[in-house]
Amino acid sequence: MGKEPIRFEEAMLQLEDVVQKLESGDVPLEDAITLYKQGMELTAYCHGKLQDAEKQLISIIDKDGNASPFDPTKGTDQHA
Amino acid sequence: MTGNPYLSVQALSKYIKRKFDADPHLRNVFVKGELSNVKSHPSGHIYFTLKDDKSRIQSAMFRSSAAQLKFRPENGMNVLITGDVTVYETTGNYQLYVQSMQPDGIGELYLAFEQLKESLDKEGLFDARWKSSLPAFPQKIGVVTAQSGAAIQDICSTIARRYPLAEIILFPAVVQGAQAAPSIVQSIEQAEAHGSIDVLIVGRGGGSIEDLWAFNEEIVARAIFSCRIPIISAVGHETDTTIADFVSDRRAPTPTAAAEMAVPARDELFERLLDRKRALYNALSNQMKHERKRLMTLQTSYPLQFPERLYRPFTEKLIGLEGRLQRSSQAITSQRASELQRLSSMLSTFAPEQRIKEEQRNVTLLTERLTRAVQHDVRIRSERFQASIRMLQALNPLNVMERGYSIVYQDGVVANSVTSMEVGKSIHIKLQDGTAEALVQSITTNDREEK
Repeated sequence: MGKEPIRFEEAMLQLEDVVQKLESGDVPLEDAITLYKQGMELTAYCHGKLQDAEKQLISIIDKDGNASPFDPTKGTDQHA
Repeated sequence: MTGNPYLSVQALSKYIKRKFDADPHLRNVFVKGELSNVKSHPSGHIYFTLKDDKSRIQSAMFRSSAAQLKFRPENGMNVLITGDVTVYETTGNYQLYVQSMQPDGIGELYLAFEQLKESLDKEGLFDARWKSSLPAFPQKIGVVTAQSGAAIQDICSTIARRYPLAEIILFPAVVQGAQAAPSIVQSIEQAEAHGSIDVLIVGRGGGSIEDLWAFNEEIVARAIFSCRIPIISAVGHETDTTIADFVSDRRAPTPTAAAEMAVPARDELFERLLDRKRALYNALSNQMKHERKRLMTLQTSYPLQFPERLYRPFTEKLIGLEGRLQRSSQAITSQRASELQRLSSMLSTFAPEQRIKEEQRNVTLLTERLTRAVQHDVRIRSERFQASIRMLQALNPLNVMERGYSIVYQDGVVANSVTSMEVGKSIHIKLQDGTAEALVQSITTNDREEK
């Protein structure tokens, strides 16, 4: 796995791919070990990504396209 | 009036019209009947005949009233109408001018819903081929709903619980009332223009069918249809179905359900990661086990255990070949030897010794012959020589001189005639045992004598 940040989805896809390859059993041993390492790194990476996001980002974009943070529990100026 | 009792047509028409208009029973009439011969004019007016099984009446609904209709009037439809009856002077016909119309028996909104659903379905807006799939791990989730209310709260709390990695962006919209449909359309377009939204939830919380009505409007349906972001509709409760639900890529029964649809659950992902980790470990250790077993099998395999058996057949073959080689080389050698012998004996028959001996014999023979010939010749020559000698001896003048003959030389030449002699000249006389010098004193010829 490269050092540049990849998207969580990409990492998950790569992980699935690695697992599938490794489970197919027709990978030479050296490659299998590389794949295993790669898979473990991806697992750790994804785990970290999932763990990282503790604070939910919520923003609101008004009619003029301006974004501002939004707290859904306080927006009470409209009915519904 | 007395002069001319005749009315003009126009005057009569005007009079009749006035009668109609003045009659309160012909104003704000409530009438029910069946629509037939419905014609929608491009100007927005609708013309039709209202009938029952006994009678019919020409009717018109002008654009200002027709625009209020939620449904589309169709032939055969039973309707409840309010309107005024007036006379159209130009033709003298009376007409029902419709102010409002409602379907008889079923609700107007229900009918409108069914009609829009049918026409959009026919147009293909609900086709499965237009449905795009939702991203597995969205980064940005757009929400088009009211800024305040249950829907946005439910969505935010659900996503925060399940998948806090995603960012929620609210595009607030009015979700009920006359402004709702255009507001929802605008927010959907804004969400698409924003550019980075991975999935869009469009909806609102529960309410009456009138409250939810904006989500049955055609412009909302078309905005959802043409939006390229995958859209999850989430309108009202489980039992509420709107046109928006049909045209969206996915339909969620509630806003909470839409949020669950939009994002994976983090806990499940943790589990999945753990599962993958296990799978990785198992796969590798299985492979190691397998490889180890293979190695063991190979190590204990027959050829590796008894390597000499690998080459024994070759050794045997080599020995066999060596034997054959030896035998065949011997055969060849002996064959060659006998050939050699044959050739050398052949050769020996032509050997030069024989020839030499022969030639030597020849030489000996020839030598003997030569010797004999030479000896013979020598003897003959010697005999001839002896004979010659004897003849010479016999002929030798000295021998004659012994018998008293002598030889006279004059000037070194034998003088055998007196004619060559001169008196007074000296001559040599050779005798048997010596020479004498003498002077000629006289010369006498046998015929005559000279002095």
